[in-house]
Amino acid sequence: MSPKTLYDKIWDAHVAHEADDGTCLLYVDRHLVHEVTSPQAFEGLRMAGRPVHAPDKTIAVPDHNVPTTPGREDPANMTEDSAIQVAALDKNAKDFGIHYYPVSDIRQGIVHIVGPEQGWTLPGMTVVCGDSHTATHGAFGALAHGIGTSEVEHVLATQTLIQKKSKNMKVEITGKLRPGVTAKDITLSVIGKTGTAGGTGFVIEYCGEAIRDLSMEGRMTVCNMAIEGGARAGLIAPDETTYEYVKGRPHAPKGAQWEAALEWWKTLYSDDDAHWDEIVTIKGEDIAPVATWGTSPEDVLPITAVVPAPEDFEGGKVDAARRSLEYMGLTPGQKLTDIEIDTVFIGSCTNGRIEDLRAAADIVRGKKIKDGMRAMVVPGSGLVRLQAEEEGLADVFKEAGFEWRLAGCSMCLAMNPDQLSEHERCAATSNRNFEGRQGYKGRTHLVSPAMAAAAAITGKLTDVRDMM
Amino acid sequence: MDKFETITGIAAPMPLVNIDTDMIIPKVFLKTIKRSGLGVNLFDEMRYDREGNEIEDFVLNQPQYRETEILVAGDNFGCGSSREHAPWAIKDFGIRCVIAPSFADIFFNNCFKNGILPIPLPQEQVDILMKDAEKGANARMTVDLEKQEITTSDGEVFPFEVDPFRKHCLLEGLDDIGLTMEKSDAIASFETKAAQARPWV
Repeated sequence: MSPKTLYDKIWDAHVAHEADDGTCLLYVDRHLVHEVTSPQAFEGLRMAGRPVHAPDKTIAVPDHNVPTTPGREDPANMTEDSAIQVAALDKNAKDFGIHYYPVSDIRQGIVHIVGPEQGWTLPGMTVVCGDSHTATHGAFGALAHGIGTSEVEHVLATQTLIQKKSKNMKVEITGKLRPGVTAKDITLSVIGKTGTAGGTGFVIEYCGEAIRDLSMEGRMTVCNMAIEGGARAGLIAPDETTYEYVKGRPHAPKGAQWEAALEWWKTLYSDDDAHWDEIVTIKGEDIAPVATWGTSPEDVLPITAVVPAPEDFEGGKVDAARRSLEYMGLTPGQKLTDIEIDTVFIGSCTNGRIEDLRAAADIVRGKKIKDGMRAMVVPGSGLVRLQAEEEGLADVFKEAGFEWRLAGCSMCLAMNPDQLSEHERCAATSNRNFEGRQGYKGRTHLVSPAMAAAAAITGKLTDVRDMM
Repeated sequence: MDKFETITGIAAPMPLVNIDTDMIIPKVFLKTIKRSGLGVNLFDEMRYDREGNEIEDFVLNQPQYRETEILVAGDNFGCGSSREHAPWAIKDFGIRCVIAPSFADIFFNNCFKNGILPIPLPQEQVDILMKDAEKGANARMTVDLEKQEITTSDGEVFPFEVDPFRKHCLLEGLDDIGLTMEKSDAIASFETKAAQARPWV
């Protein structure tokens, strides 16, 4: 047999039909659904009189547009449009008989945190969701990517996707990370090197010692932002860390099935002589804690750097950088650590897991947030929230002056009332610093949870290593 | 789905790189549970001020570009979120074709599901088409999907590539789900096989 990459192996195991021109029907093992990109798809099914093909493989949870404030079980405490979208998902889940975690359920949370937490996401699976950050599940060695609403309807109706195969890219992070450097710094640094279109047409496999050393939480952070690098998906081969995380989860296999699954999972790695269309290598020791300065995730620099000038770039990026600097209200040459922050947001599918909250709490413990600072922690799921409360992290945040919210996407995409106001400047652990992303004319700097926590204390973008 | 054959119309220039889906349709408009009516909010934060007044110098607000059917844009168009509201808004505005040096993957797929033709071309060719688009309403560009050719207002012709299956679906206005359901036997036999090989799934 010819040598294969991990992506090749998962792909081959899921092709239900291949046409002469290479167009495939790829079978979908898990379809995750949320309230914002699904209503039109369910409506399409109704109009055509079609059922959901595999309701047992379909899991729904409202997350994007739900409030993160208490009392939200009562629709009267939601904005009207949120209540409509949540009610539509309630109804669609019931009518079509799919798995569902309503807002009142302790297991509710961001779909990409709930899936792994409940053991829905397993190595070697194909996972899709009408959300670009589906790439998160690649951390388990699952082929996972975002789809549009027409494709959501297609998967609901047929449990397959029409796909052509992507190319293989290997991103290797060698050696060890330095203190204060996290998974978020890895993934942002990779995008800084490849650009936001660098991964277009590829599935990325992340490997190397620094990746192997990461927990599952860290691996999810890395894969989550594969989409920000333009890739269809990000993957990390499963290993003991993966199996240990998965074992015992509510929907993970048990007994003899666990043993059978494990036997297959252990074959899921890229063969030594597999073909790579592109290879990117970064030394772990060269990665610093980073922050973004512009309005694209590729606009990233070590925290010790200064704001660049448009002339530092080439081609269309010169004008884009000029526009970004104006939007962000920054001057070339200004030190990143001199940038004053109004708001800190800790949460999202990128950094809303327990390890992220622990890292932030370690910086905050025993301190107070800067006077006038607005700071919030939005746990990624009800179970993360509960665990953080049990570990005393919630008290650490509350005593420091943070708001302690209920689970949801919140200010990452700011569909709910958690938004920045005009020119409000935010250090965020989320994934996109696009214009208007966190609120009209709001200014976003993407950082790790520890860096966000440090900014909340000092009131400026801060090198977390100075506080360790 | 609407068929796409040939369009001859006004092309608008948007040379900015990394035009993301939050720019194309800000999240505030994702609260709808319908597909229609989003054209008025296409590029909303670039197109209107906070009071809802049009921003004069934004390209689609200029008199010569109000009837735009083709968009010529910078690299990595449509990056960001998977929201299909982005192509829905583009289509609802009346734009049927976007030309750029590259497109983000999910947006690119979403276009074909909605009768929109995204055409990736080398930067230097996009630069020429951008210049043509800058001429405004009197300069009509033609996009012929059957022949796979773009013709500028000066008669200069640029051939383009398109996946044969997607071309077929666009030309015929075919519904993907119907096509896939014709292969339901293949799906059923895959499911039987997979249930034996990986019963834990």
